[in-house]
Amino acid sequence: MSRTGTRLEPEPGDLTPVVGAQTDVAPLGRDTQPPLHERTATEDMDVADWDRVAAMDEFVDLIRAKIRFIVPATIFFLVYYLLLPLLAGFAKDFMDTKIIGDVNVAYLFALSQFFMAWILAAIYLRKASVFDSMAAGILSKLNLKKGRS
Amino acid sequence: MNNTPLLMFVAFIVVTLGITYWAARRSSGTTAFFAANRQITGWQNGWAVAGDYMSAASFLGIAGLIAFNGYDGFMYSVGFLVAYLTVLFIVAEPLRNSGKFTMADVLAYRLKARPVRTMAALSTLIVSTFYMIAQMIGAGQLVGLFLKDEAGKPLVNYETAVVGVGILMIVYVVFGGMLATTWVQIIKAVLLMSGTILLSILVLGYFGFDIGRFLQAITHVTYTDPATKASVTKNFLEPGGIYKGATGGLDLFSLGLALVLGTAGLPHILVRFYTVPSAKVARTSIIWAMALIGLFYILTTFLGWGAATIVGRDAIAKNGGSNMSAPLLAQSLGGDIFFAFISSVAFATILAVVAGLTISASTSFSHDFWTNVVHGGKERSKGQEVMVARIAAFGVGIVAILLAILLKNLNVAFLVGLAFAVAASANLPVIIFSLFWKRFTTTGAVLGIATGLISSLVLITISPSIMTIDPETVTGAARHLIQAQPIFPLANPGIVSIPLGFLGAVVGTLMSREPSSEARFTELEVRANTGLGAEV
Repeated sequence: MSRTGTRLEPEPGDLTPVVGAQTDVAPLGRDTQPPLHERTATEDMDVADWDRVAAMDEFVDLIRAKIRFIVPATIFFLVYYLLLPLLAGFAKDFMDTKIIGDVNVAYLFALSQFFMAWILAAIYLRKASVFDSMAAGILSKLNLKKGRS
Repeated sequence: MNNTPLLMFVAFIVVTLGITYWAARRSSGTTAFFAANRQITGWQNGWAVAGDYMSAASFLGIAGLIAFNGYDGFMYSVGFLVAYLTVLFIVAEPLRNSGKFTMADVLAYRLKARPVRTMAALSTLIVSTFYMIAQMIGAGQLVGLFLKDEAGKPLVNYETAVVGVGILMIVYVVFGGMLATTWVQIIKAVLLMSGTILLSILVLGYFGFDIGRFLQAITHVTYTDPATKASVTKNFLEPGGIYKGATGGLDLFSLGLALVLGTAGLPHILVRFYTVPSAKVARTSIIWAMALIGLFYILTTFLGWGAATIVGRDAIAKNGGSNMSAPLLAQSLGGDIFFAFISSVAFATILAVVAGLTISASTSFSHDFWTNVVHGGKERSKGQEVMVARIAAFGVGIVAILLAILLKNLNVAFLVGLAFAVAASANLPVIIFSLFWKRFTTTGAVLGIATGLISSLVLITISPSIMTIDPETVTGAARHLIQAQPIFPLANPGIVSIPLGFLGAVVGTLMSREPSSEARFTELEVRANTGLGAEV
């Protein structure tokens, strides 16, 4: 949201409270967040220009990268996992097939779920470190400290 | 001999009370009480999540299910771990980045606080109460079985055990807050993991560390069929022990759905991610938790199949029923000392879980309902939010004690499943939509929680878990609440109630328009994905 009026726009990253804002007192007891122009200077300090961040190419890339991993990975594990109760419930003969000695498909498929979960978690951990550095890149461009100081 | 369990119980109580005293002296302030000052490290939180999650229902209940029914019991184990992928991929990091103390913080970020927090607090209290009553009733029945005098008579009766567990959980939470709760959970997880690993090694040792011999035994489990009184031999590696017949497969699918989607909506698990410094640490803690929880649930088969083959189903049924499978296995493999150890592990497990439930319920009551709904988001005086939470924890404890005593003779095995179904149907849809759907509105959230909550409650009430005609021979706690033909054929409502929860949220959203919610979506999206402005 852009500020209106004739006052000087602060430089990006400049945390100096805006002088001459319409009010710096947030009303008590409302059930929604106060509108931007009613924020106190302190409240403004840790709030970035969200729209500006959202419009950054790096941010768009970050969201795309996350979606590219999380959506297929989630669909995969849900399908893989839900196949287990489906097969156990509706394909009992197949599940009873013995593979190695007494060990049947049912047990191996159930056991494989644990390794599937661990492997997927490990892959996510590696992907997430890329997401972290992309997010760190965005934050450093903003010249802002993460969180309240 | 019989003093050993008592001594170990007392030792655990003394250590945890010491921790509570230490935590009470260290922590003051709102963030300290609700979120342990967000100073819990990754591995600590991982162990604590595991300790919060692996309830007595898993340790005793699932081992018992596998011992009595074989493979189908293992289906629960699988779902309990895979569910953490939902937590890891979708919920935990955005939650940590955009919330403060509760699940509702994420919903209220861009929706109207009063209606959304009221509904979320209601759903949190319902999920926590169900879960807690199941644990408390279990505690009451089990402590009597663990602590016996020379003549084999229980040293403490049901009511004393329930009151004792209730008072302990109140003390941990009221005085020690989240910090004490965290350490009680960590110690419990260490005890539970070591007990389970030790017991599994003893099971393998019994079969001379020959997997082939163990499998041979598992595929030929002999027991007396309780209905026909005939001796039967079954392959416990084959599915179909619990879920059979026309609706069995559907029921199993429904259970799987509730397990894999429910964990990410369990309030007492979600609050744990506020205790760490950042979303990145929250992620590390889930990896720790997944390693521990996965190992534990794989080993539940060793306990269950071990009990089925070494102790035998008939002997377990005579000595306290399926919940006693793991402790009785310990007794036959490691003698009375090991029985005492496993009993105290079960006791620690119950205490750690009920403490986690108490703190999440009282946090939600105080932070969501008292401060944000009743008082419009401002503490009227400093420290009030914590004080209200302490009073709420006391209240929650008293209510849980009373309900557990009142419901003493009820068959409560379905309550944990119900908690997962409510979490998956009422909580998860609205969490997902508020994080990822720009158009989402307050009406959608309220309708989503309401339909998810009501449909799971109604469906379970008319399901075979509550409505079943028992033969005259079934008495006491085994009897079902309503003696009538079930209207809904499945024991697990998830397959219907989860889509209804999502549908309610979608319909409510499409019926309304909320520009303020859409305007704040960008802010939530940036914050959830970059950690910009996250609580520290």
